[in-house]
Amino acid sequence: MFFLQMLINGIVVGSIYGLVALGFVLIYRASGALNLANGEFVIFGPYICLVIMTALKVPFLVAFLVTLIVSAILGLVIERLVIRPLLNAPAISVIMATLGLSSLLAGAVHMIWGHTTRTFPPVFPQTPLNLGGIIVTPVYLWSFIIVLILLIIFSIFFKYSKIGLAMRAVADDRTAALSMGMSVKFVLATTWMIAAMVAAIGGVLLGNINGVSPTMSAIGLTVLPVVILGGLDSVLGAIVGGFIIGILQNLAGGYLDPLVGGGLKEVVPFIVVLLILMLKPHGLFGSRGIERV
Amino acid sequence: MRNLFVRECGNYKTTYKNDMKLFGTTGDKVKWLILLLLLFTVPFYVSNYWVGLLTLCAISAIGAIGLNILTGFTGQISIGVGAFLGVGGYTTAILTTTYGLSFWISLPLAGIVTALVGGLFGIPSLRLKGLYLAIATLAAQVIITFVISRWDSVTGGTAGMVLSRPSLGNYSFVSNTSYYYLTLIILLLTVLYATNLLRTRVGRAFLAVRDRDIAAQIMGINLFYYKVLAFIISSFFVGIAGALLAHYTMIVSPELYNIHVSIQYLAMILIGGLGSIFGSILGAAFITLLPVGLNSIVDFLTVYMPDFYQLFSAFKEFVFGLAIILFLIFEPGGLAHIWQNIKNYFKLWPFSY
Repeated sequence: MFFLQMLINGIVVGSIYGLVALGFVLIYRASGALNLANGEFVIFGPYICLVIMTALKVPFLVAFLVTLIVSAILGLVIERLVIRPLLNAPAISVIMATLGLSSLLAGAVHMIWGHTTRTFPPVFPQTPLNLGGIIVTPVYLWSFIIVLILLIIFSIFFKYSKIGLAMRAVADDRTAALSMGMSVKFVLATTWMIAAMVAAIGGVLLGNINGVSPTMSAIGLTVLPVVILGGLDSVLGAIVGGFIIGILQNLAGGYLDPLVGGGLKEVVPFIVVLLILMLKPHGLFGSRGIERV
Repeated sequence: MRNLFVRECGNYKTTYKNDMKLFGTTGDKVKWLILLLLLFTVPFYVSNYWVGLLTLCAISAIGAIGLNILTGFTGQISIGVGAFLGVGGYTTAILTTTYGLSFWISLPLAGIVTALVGGLFGIPSLRLKGLYLAIATLAAQVIITFVISRWDSVTGGTAGMVLSRPSLGNYSFVSNTSYYYLTLIILLLTVLYATNLLRTRVGRAFLAVRDRDIAAQIMGINLFYYKVLAFIISSFFVGIAGALLAHYTMIVSPELYNIHVSIQYLAMILIGGLGSIFGSILGAAFITLLPVGLNSIVDFLTVYMPDFYQLFSAFKEFVFGLAIILFLIFEPGGLAHIWQNIKNYFKLWPFSY
């Protein structure tokens, strides 16, 4: 029973990881850059949602929609101001730019909203569901459902929609995409917009679970192993990786933590990452690039 | 003697040996002599507080040069510097306090141990590059700090360890000034080594690996050997910097070596200039002195906005991020490039075209 509970806990936490990981994958797919500021994108959403809910006294769904719009604008602004000038810069510049961005956004969040943890007014039903002895909180169930819906949406989006195809083309070869008449700038702007929105969804769900505080941005780092495990450019990989890491984390936390004195939850994903990088550098579902001189 | 202010107006070097000289002209030699004289006499005319700050700058500069060898010269991105600093710091802490070794033995040992750990985490670099390598070094960062904070019996766990300042015979480096001279000498040796490294086969191989590793491999450079070597040399200096820092602050604890330290060091070499030794020093000074400068700004602002002081740490973070982004967008060459531009301007002044 303990094992099963740990497994279920892992799956539900993993669904949140998968959701946040989607933000990484989207940006990587379109621009070949890793957005290390994703954790800070995640904290902006719930703060905005919370402010709207408490200040304007509107129902959760309305606040949530407004949050999505605000996040989209934030993504657009960041893409325009920070990412676009670095369009042709080497990998380290983009990595450093997103690291700088994460520091800047974290500073901004601290300055605007302070360090205290705030709690969401109850949005989802609070009574835990009892599935044959295993206890699941409705928030987790909702996040699981939302993740599955988003997975389907994005799979279809990348396969059939015009802009989704354009994103894949731009990620594959920017010059070729340009010469085929695609607007790389437009594609990149859309990507950052969508990624910011996805991060906001993840953030609002996470805020409902743990309360809203600046420390939430740590999920940005926790989720990196998920993306690497699944493969940086695979939507399915992000979700599956999320589940695997979530489960491993909970199992390690449940069984091994008493042996080493706690804290294994944060480290296990990174040990997995080192192993995966050595054995299968492109992850479980990632595509292997061919390099020519 | 020729006029010092008139610089060579062309390239008169006729042999390779001549071209590779460290100090090509008399002007160069005089310039370096003046700089050295200035550095060694600084403690006589600045306050104790500033000597302490300069010591911190020098220690960061050693670490930044180490990181620049890896990231700037060899092109391998590392987000694990913070942890490697910690390895150096903890090695010397354990050796001097638990085993009672002298600082002069534990300092090089700290470098060597860090070099070994760095080399170990550099092994994946053969198959990984760019983003993937960055993640692997990030994993190193997380795993190393975890081991440090959990291995209570050796490292003292989250409480950390207390160190003492080194001593030589009866003389102890307790004062800020004496420690400043110690770090300055080590920094100069580091600069000399790094400059010379670039002029050797190894240094040129590093540059080739950075520019295009597959092409370098085709030209007969053993990628695995040189990539791991870059990790080893780089980590050695980072370890030395970590040990010096530990003996300066006289405490080591896991929080001092978290991911933010890694980001700070990356910011140093980026703001200073990738692949520039002089730039590493400038960048280290910039990042170390940035909070000090901000502090005085905040002091000034609190007169008008009394609440502002509580926001200081957030404000610091904000400006730090802003500085990185502004440098990336407007001056990717970093401070070293700005310095070069200034020099070129005066070289041609007053006829700038």
